[in-house]
Amino acid sequence: MSILDTTREVMRRDQVWPFLQDHSQDVDISHQVLLYVEGLNLSFDGFKALNDLNLYINDGELRCLIGANGAGKTTLMDVITGKTRCDSGTVYFGQSLNLLEKDEAEIAQLGIGRKFQKPTVFEAHTVMDNLELSLKSNKSVIPTLLATLNSEEYDRIDHVLETIGLKAERMMLAGSLSHGQKQWLEIGMLLMANPRLLLVDEPVAGMTVQEGERTAELLTSLAGERTVVVVEHDMEFVRSIARTVTVLHQGSVLAEGTMDEIQNNQDVIEVYLGEAP
Amino acid sequence: MSSLLSNFMSFSRINGDSKVAPFVVVLLVVTALASSCNLLMPEDSVFYVSTYTITLLGKYLCYAMLALAVDVIWGYCGILSLGHGAFFALGGYAMGMYLMRQIGDRGVYGNPELPDFMVFLNWSELPWFWQGMDQFWVAMLMVLLVPGLLAYLFGWLAFRSRVTGVYLSIMTQALTYALLLSFFRNEMGFGGNNGLTDFKDILGFDLQSDNTRVTLFIITALMLSGLLVLSKKIMQTRFGKVIVAIRDGESRARFIGYRTENYKVWLFVYSAMIAGIAGALYVPQVGIINPGEFSPINSIEIVIWVAVGGRGTLVGAIIGAILVNYAKTKFTAIMPDGWLFALGAMFVLVTLYLPKGLMGLVAQLKDRQLQNVNNRPNDKAEEGHA
Repeated sequence: MSILDTTREVMRRDQVWPFLQDHSQDVDISHQVLLYVEGLNLSFDGFKALNDLNLYINDGELRCLIGANGAGKTTLMDVITGKTRCDSGTVYFGQSLNLLEKDEAEIAQLGIGRKFQKPTVFEAHTVMDNLELSLKSNKSVIPTLLATLNSEEYDRIDHVLETIGLKAERMMLAGSLSHGQKQWLEIGMLLMANPRLLLVDEPVAGMTVQEGERTAELLTSLAGERTVVVVEHDMEFVRSIARTVTVLHQGSVLAEGTMDEIQNNQDVIEVYLGEAP
Repeated sequence: MSSLLSNFMSFSRINGDSKVAPFVVVLLVVTALASSCNLLMPEDSVFYVSTYTITLLGKYLCYAMLALAVDVIWGYCGILSLGHGAFFALGGYAMGMYLMRQIGDRGVYGNPELPDFMVFLNWSELPWFWQGMDQFWVAMLMVLLVPGLLAYLFGWLAFRSRVTGVYLSIMTQALTYALLLSFFRNEMGFGGNNGLTDFKDILGFDLQSDNTRVTLFIITALMLSGLLVLSKKIMQTRFGKVIVAIRDGESRARFIGYRTENYKVWLFVYSAMIAGIAGALYVPQVGIINPGEFSPINSIEIVIWVAVGGRGTLVGAIIGAILVNYAKTKFTAIMPDGWLFALGAMFVLVTLYLPKGLMGLVAQLKDRQLQNVNNRPNDKAEEGHA
């Protein structure tokens, strides 16, 4: 923009100065689609991690992403959450929010929560503190310095503790929880922020069968109110929760549909299910 | 007895395992005793504390404050700064400039305006950055602002580019080394190699008198207590929790919406300001500030004090600084050449056998004791059953 244009913009009388305007935007889902990923390309040293990938996630959906190692599942999540910059393509949250021009913190505050493959919780803090830190609140320095928990926020923490079944462990250090409990705590931390979209990377890795079942229950109960995208290797688990499954292969979408359709899809059988009898 | 113990346990669970309050009480009592023993006792009494000792204690407390600054940033946020000596020295230089201006025409050359070294260099007027430093409040402002601003600039550049770990430590070393080299130059206008010295008085009080020495010591102790309590309080707020969260999982903190670089920058500024205050209190008690304070070795020593005391405990850092410096005073009197070896050995031993420092050792011993107390009644009960 030239200096003249900038000056004109600043001097406009029908609006306050640009830096005084409220830039917080709500997600516009008037077309029922929450996340648009289009034509995404990304290569690491010549290796194409994402290759013209297109993906649309509807609002309130529970979607499973499957694919062999190196199919680009985690890389896709990295791009959506702002950790990795892509070479080309577009990622829109709702109709109007371009995620590619925002950083991790901004994307998180828009309402996109992410669970990592390895459970990452703040081990030196109690379960309660972990949840408190994840509260949806003003997260700049000064407000955080002065922040105290009000009763509404206490109730919210209680509610989430109940959802993830860690009520009795609230005063325990997160570092002393079991592997499965850490996974749930991390999901709880995402819920605290009241997100629109949850990106969950391998939630049942390393869990016992019972723990896995509870996790499946938890995730299915979340869908509807929120949109959940799950990356998982465990086919049993995927079958138990998924309505729509997307198969990734070599950085692009190979097939999409219900579990039964996927299992009968010739391409999928060839490249994915066929390899491991 | 056991109910008392469980009461105490629940108290310490709610209030954290904090040793701040007892430590502040001990520190203030010792300060009051030492000061009154210096001023009130006759010189031949057994209870008399010499002014030399008072100044030495004051020096230790300044080092303790510096260790506190490093602990805040290293122990709680995991940022290993090997350049905190730079902030300490900058605070010291700001105070030194004020004390230089206070000398007035009592210098060797008797120039009412210019410090001796400027007359010696044939300078005709004060450089711009010496203007206003004859005012105490300006100098005090500079004690906070100069280290704070440098820390802000450095932190903003480093943390925004996501420089972490050993690379950041090396950069802080380079920072203090660069400052060391530039302060050695006469053209910088800070007295070059000799630094600033030959101070006469502060706010009109004679720096050599016992009363002034004791007052400086008391102010240092009060400042240290105040900053210790303030740091503890800051670490208990949600801001403090975010800081620890950044230490343990920076990307997680980022993905729940915190701009971690801002948090790190402001904590770094806070820490640098504490170091600056420590330097400013150090200079009038020691009587000299020269570029040697910028030397990289000094900054590494601070880290050893904190490691010995136990990082992430605040009180531990202070105790570590006092103990190591006391050892240094004693050791350098007996075997001056051996000190660096002893320091190195201490660092190796602490890293190998006391990863949590002295505070960790104390906690371990207490745990063992508690276990014994808890086990004993059970043993008896089992015997009864048998």
